[in-house]
Amino acid sequence: MTENKHKLLEVKGLTMDFGGLRAVDSVSLAVHEGEIAALIGPNGAGKTTFFNCVTGIYTPTSGDILLHPKGLETRRLNGLKPNKVTEMGLARTFQNIRLFSSMTVLENVMIGRHCRTRSGIFRSIIRNRGVREEEQEIVETSYRLLEKVGLEKFVNEFARNLPYGAQRRLEIARALATDPFLLLLDEPAAGMNPYETSELDQLICRISEEEQIAILLIEHDMKLVMKISNPIYVMEYGKKIAQGSPLDIRDNPKVIEAYLGEEVDA
Amino acid sequence: MEYFLELFFSGLTRGSIYALIALGYTMVYGIIQLINFAHGEIYMIGAFVALIVAGVCTIYGLSGFAILILAAAIAAVYAAAYGYTLEKIAYRPLRGSPRLSPLISAIGMSIFLQNYVLLAQTPDFLPFPRLIPDFAFMDDVAHIIGSPELVILVTTLITMVLLTLLIKKTRVGKAMRATQQDLNMARLVGINVDRVISLTFVIGSVLAAIGGVLVASYIGQVSFYIGFLAGIKAFTAAVLGGIGSIPGAVLGGLIIGWSESFAAGYISSDYEDVLTFVLLVVILIVRPAGILGKVRKQKV
Amino acid sequence: MLQDFKQSLVVSLWFVFLTFPLLVVRVNTIENVVVWRWSNILWVAIGSFVLSYFWRFLLLRRNRRQKQAEEGIASYGPLQAALDNILLRNRAMAVLLVLALIFPLIFDTYQTNIMVTALIFVVLGLGLNIGVGLAGLLDLGYVAFFGVGAYSYAILNYYFDLGFWIVLPIGGILGCLFGIVLGFPILRLRGDYLAIVTLGFGMIFKVMMENWETLSLGPSGIANIDRPGFFGVQMSLAQSTTYIYYIMIALVVLTIIVTNRLKNSRVGRAWIALREDEIACVAMGIDMARTKLSAYALGAFWAGIVGVIFAAKTTFINPASFTFMESAIILSIVVLGGMGSILGVILGAFILVLLPEYLRAFSEYRMLVFGAAMVLMMIFRPQGLISNLRQIYQYKGTKDKTAHD
Ligand SMILES: Nc1ncnc2c1ncn2[C@@H]1O[C@H](COP(=O)(O)OP(=O)(O)O)[C@@H](O)[C@H]1O
Ligand SMILES: [Mg+2]
Repeated sequence: MTENKHKLLEVKGLTMDFGGLRAVDSVSLAVHEGEIAALIGPNGAGKTTFFNCVTGIYTPTSGDILLHPKGLETRRLNGLKPNKVTEMGLARTFQNIRLFSSMTVLENVMIGRHCRTRSGIFRSIIRNRGVREEEQEIVETSYRLLEKVGLEKFVNEFARNLPYGAQRRLEIARALATDPFLLLLDEPAAGMNPYETSELDQLICRISEEEQIAILLIEHDMKLVMKISNPIYVMEYGKKIAQGSPLDIRDNPKVIEAYLGEEVDA
Repeated sequence: MEYFLELFFSGLTRGSIYALIALGYTMVYGIIQLINFAHGEIYMIGAFVALIVAGVCTIYGLSGFAILILAAAIAAVYAAAYGYTLEKIAYRPLRGSPRLSPLISAIGMSIFLQNYVLLAQTPDFLPFPRLIPDFAFMDDVAHIIGSPELVILVTTLITMVLLTLLIKKTRVGKAMRATQQDLNMARLVGINVDRVISLTFVIGSVLAAIGGVLVASYIGQVSFYIGFLAGIKAFTAAVLGGIGSIPGAVLGGLIIGWSESFAAGYISSDYEDVLTFVLLVVILIVRPAGILGKVRKQKV
Repeated sequence: MLQDFKQSLVVSLWFVFLTFPLLVVRVNTIENVVVWRWSNILWVAIGSFVLSYFWRFLLLRRNRRQKQAEEGIASYGPLQAALDNILLRNRAMAVLLVLALIFPLIFDTYQTNIMVTALIFVVLGLGLNIGVGLAGLLDLGYVAFFGVGAYSYAILNYYFDLGFWIVLPIGGILGCLFGIVLGFPILRLRGDYLAIVTLGFGMIFKVMMENWETLSLGPSGIANIDRPGFFGVQMSLAQSTTYIYYIMIALVVLTIIVTNRLKNSRVGRAWIALREDEIACVAMGIDMARTKLSAYALGAFWAGIVGVIFAAKTTFINPASFTFMESAIILSIVVLGGMGSILGVILGAFILVLLPEYLRAFSEYRMLVFGAAMVLMMIFRPQGLISNLRQIYQYKGTKDKTAHD
């Protein structure tokens, strides 16, 4: 089904060690244009670590992370700094919300525009017309993104004063502000109530359709995952144990076992 | 060769005192990731209290080695009390604040304590009574290593052994190690984390006070300002060895003691105090985790 | 009630115990006398008893405020509200500027001189504020850059007879260069390591100036530095002081404009974001090394410039003017005034410089109070006297909100 689509992100044999602990063990996966892919697995499976390797927060021990932007040449992301990765069009959110808590909601999104704008120190001091226009562009774009995620009524609030679900959506808006073509979401529905979750799944679908942004998400809410994502990759103890459509995954005995195991542990 | 040995032992002596102070930094940092900037001041207060006890005793006609022990004991009690209070006032209300807040509070406390002693006592150097006698059996080697140095080395060694036993063998030590590994997890398994933190400050302060008393009787004078430099050097020792690591603190202390002593002996003492900083900068750039420290990646 | 009383009593006894050796006994081991100052016990007992009530009250209030903030109830002081009113703010600024301009005409040279010192600390505070307040880079050796500026004027003037106006920009640029060279290797360090290393730089600078006699003339310092020239006009001491005063006013205004513009710019936002969360910041595409370096170097630039003016004002400098204490004072200015807040830092500088100057009795206790103030501010008012004003942005937005609601 995905064969003829353009491959955006290709990860081959990614491995990450922390001292003696192998948190990610030769995991390969790919995200294609237009997809909403999901990465699932029990707690501690290494999903977040996988994200951190892809986005440059950690340098992986081995393996290849290749980015194939449309119309540009392929880049290997291993060892690149996170800001370079973001500049290339790959944005993310964090499992443990990391907003700029004493900046306003709007300013949080404006930070996302940083890598797409240019004014430096001298021009900011002189504040000529170009700078003012750019500044206005930043504000307008950011505000529109807030409208898109439904946070415009909080625009001048401090980020830390937002309700939990709103903070998660603000993280998405901030990531979108960097103009990505691939968005990585780390447990975007964590801590949300069912109503917020259903709003969120609409939002994710809209981002995918309207903005033509491919999405890779980590999520524990199986209902959400099964509903919106295809393909699904499953990790356990650092290894990829399954991949396929929601139907394949649901019936995969390994996956069932992995999740049952977690329930027994819990 | 004799000159070399002399420098070697004076470096060892200084180094072991830096190590004593560095342990306080390392233990506190290991648990709450805070540079206890006021730790050098605790050391200074320890030295000052000892001076006061020893001074009062000698002025009222007592003298001898026993006074040193009395002075050290009282100094340790007071340093512990100050360390405990310091944590309670300046750091505990700031748990969970932005990371700069406790650090600024620590700097404030350091300035406060320095000036408190300055105003309460004197801005001048006070001579510390000579309490360590010259042991007769040391006569033969006195030109290389003096009696005070011997006392310092032996005391430091005993202190370190006791500390290691405390941390490795006792329940309290286990709780401290657990808290250092993961504070929140330790809290979940029922460890009284606040108590452990207080205790860490108390132990660190006692070690610093012992260092203070030893230095005061070795160098022979005390002032409100001695904590500042000693504190920074000890901190450098802790970083050099790998902050959070107890053997690291000892190793770092010794390296700094020796490098100072040899640099002053063979090169020049003009830049003695700067040497530590140069060392610090170089380590932090080359190997921020220190010699024995583990490189810990921040969890995201 | 009784509970509180008991608690305060315990605290009071504890502090009596704690302060006993240092505050009551005073030994002089040189002359072998012991002074017992028993009355101090009483002061400590009463003082700590009262303060412990106060402390508990403040902690309670703080916790209440925190809870309110979490629930989104903004608690706004009247002062803060007044400051947020732009019209009021602009008027107040105009009045202040006029007052500042006529100050030397009303007051004598002595007062003007003190004011110049205060203004120097205003600029130093604003410069340090860029690093500490905006970007969250705790710099404990800031005074070194001030020293670089001062020494560059002193040395260039002493050896090459260069004038004030030529060296003024050179001092700034040299400060900035030092900032870049020193900052480059260390700025990726964690915040607290950075603090210690910068503290080290401050000390290294002082020791170098003390020992590098051929360059800096050592501990005795450089004297007879020229005052700023004004087209070759000969000036009396009073005139010269007034002249420097106006130079400082101009510099302060310039600093305010520049930092204010930067604060509300793309660069300034990146600084603040960096202070809030480094990892999120780099993940949003901000180059951490560059952003930090720019904040650090810009702060150093102001210190360098104002260092030149300092040397010209005192006409004599030696290494003793550039100790950790100066760094600590500048830091207290920023902390007390409000990290990141321009108005706060200005207020902080005036309080911290003028108060000890006019309350002579207090000046002895100056550092004691500064130290305590830093601790108390962090606990009870981390935003400082005046918290950072929020920029208001204008936006149109798309009015078709059909997809939502
Ligand atoms: N910075 C780190 N240092 C050491 N171990 C880590 C670090 N980050 C993650 N780990 C470990 O790697 C494993 C995978 O964690 P993580 O990727 O967060 O799992 P998941 O997101 O799937 O729940 C866990 O055992 C975790 O403790
Ligand atoms: Mg995770």
